[in-house]
Amino acid sequence: MITDAIIANSPALLVMIPLIAAFACPFIGRISPAVRNIWVVGAMVLTAAMALLLAGEVLSGGTVVYTFGASAAGMSIPPDSGGIPVRIVFTVDAMSALMQIIGGVTGLAVILYSIASDRRHTGLESYYTLYLLMIAGVMGMVSTGDLFNFFVFLEILSIASAGLIAYRIDRGVAVEAAVKYFVLSTIGAMVILVAIGIFYGEYDALNIAVIASRMQFTLLDQVALVLMIAALGMKCGAVPMHFWTPDAYSMAPSSITAMLVVASQASLYGLFRVVFTLYNVTLNAATVGWIIIVLGVLSMVVGVTMAIPQKDVKRLMAYHAISQTGYMLLGVGVGLAVLGNQSLLDAFGYVAMEGGIFHIINHAMYKGLLFLTAGAIFYRIGTRNLNRMGGLGHNMKYTMVFFVIGALAIAGIPPFNGFASKLMIYESVFMFNPILSIIAMVVSILTLASFVKVFHSIFMGPRLPEYADVKEAPAPMLIGMGILAVVVVLFGLFPGVVVDHLIEPAAQALVNQGAYISAVMGGV
Amino acid sequence: MLASFSVTYLVIVALAVIGLATAAIKRNLIKIFLGITIFESAVNLFLVTLGYRDGAVAPIFTDAPSTEMVMATPQALTLTSIVIGVATSALLLSLAVLIWKHYGTVDTDKIRRLKE
Repeated sequence: MITDAIIANSPALLVMIPLIAAFACPFIGRISPAVRNIWVVGAMVLTAAMALLLAGEVLSGGTVVYTFGASAAGMSIPPDSGGIPVRIVFTVDAMSALMQIIGGVTGLAVILYSIASDRRHTGLESYYTLYLLMIAGVMGMVSTGDLFNFFVFLEILSIASAGLIAYRIDRGVAVEAAVKYFVLSTIGAMVILVAIGIFYGEYDALNIAVIASRMQFTLLDQVALVLMIAALGMKCGAVPMHFWTPDAYSMAPSSITAMLVVASQASLYGLFRVVFTLYNVTLNAATVGWIIIVLGVLSMVVGVTMAIPQKDVKRLMAYHAISQTGYMLLGVGVGLAVLGNQSLLDAFGYVAMEGGIFHIINHAMYKGLLFLTAGAIFYRIGTRNLNRMGGLGHNMKYTMVFFVIGALAIAGIPPFNGFASKLMIYESVFMFNPILSIIAMVVSILTLASFVKVFHSIFMGPRLPEYADVKEAPAPMLIGMGILAVVVVLFGLFPGVVVDHLIEPAAQALVNQGAYISAVMGGV
Repeated sequence: MLASFSVTYLVIVALAVIGLATAAIKRNLIKIFLGITIFESAVNLFLVTLGYRDGAVAPIFTDAPSTEMVMATPQALTLTSIVIGVATSALLLSLAVLIWKHYGTVDTDKIRRLKE
């Protein structure tokens, strides 16, 4: 009975739990820090459980539609409305479910890590409040089926992220990074709002399914598409709109950086949702596909070449994050470029898209893990400068193992998850255009070279006198890293299972626009 | 229908250009933030203009003088957007306060402790 109610309302609870927990956090925090920690971890466990529950529901029973304020959750179109969904509708399909799993698992790992890593700081009530708001923003963005609602959650996410980037003021440097991030985010969000206004003016609707069913691809729609791609491409850190990424990623606390990766991917999800679900075959798929491919290739190459000379370990990882985002754009862009041509889509388009989408979840796991290990090192020795590190492998063995797992995964070495998704991208993109595939492989080799150097300068070498009594990272941080490391290894060992049950439905959900529309419109 | 509001649309475009240009050209953080706020106002005005119907009334059916009514969605969007704008401005200004405290200036040319 109660479990039925929970399952039926899980899309709402997914956003509600972190929101309520966030705003109650400052009050709970007055009782005692221990109670507050239990409160925030409990809320995050519940949110992650809800995300997994909902994902299970979606993957076994198809798209879940949740209408706020309706007499029945599935009743997206009120009987007397004339066939228009007037209420806010959450449309959770397999792609949304995938993103919710990413948000839930990473969110849980990061909050466990934060309990130890940020324990010495003040103002933790606000820290956890903003953190849970970030979770609510991510979950809302990937669940909503309403464009304006998407904008609202995007802004919640941006504001919370900017607050957290500036959280360790660090003589003002972190604030500088936050200003950079937030000015760009705000302008980006306003640009998205202009595009939403254009859609509303043309189609009198905000619901993605309704707009998709009425899409004409007029000149105004093309303007809106350009605005959307520019703004969301900037938010996900694709070159040439990437310049906020290294600053924000390196200055935020490491735990938050791992969440910022997820936040960027929520924007990436928004980009794919707009291109595939909103426009689908109405747009000139080859042109837009190639635009996304070019963005991807630029991100890959510029990201990795900028990463190699970096001295700051988190800045280096941030440039690698840009580079890896390129793989996702490349994979999905190839899928988009052949959209509408069923034989090419079957030959390699689906595999390319699955590779790109698989890389999203893999990236969130191994990149989160790498940023957390960088945070653990910073926590113990107080510097991010690679030239001042060395010999830490003697003292921080577990951190070293986690770093190796993350580094091999990002470089695409079997048996870790990065290999599985990159192999899918290489094979399928090679059939589309061999040069793109070769670029992708070269970037992977450069990534490996860069991480070998980093590994060597952090962990190898003789024990340095100034770090002689450095201890291993505290247990909660190790548990947080461990969760992500286990996922990285499991996904690498059993990629077939993951692709069949999680990734393929997600790719199908993106390509099959009709299913998304009929889930909301009821086959109208 | 869109053409009849061309003056409003001109104002919107002018405001948007002024806002974005201010944010891009000025070096004073406060002025950059003001530019962003002006751009936000342009977007809000755009939303409200979309929802304007000449001669129509509010969608209250009791004793309505005309059956031509306005869908209230754009107004609701604008209100939400204004509220978000307030939160944005508050956060931007508090960041400016922190920058002033730690750097002693709000000139973006002198706020360069992050390496390129």
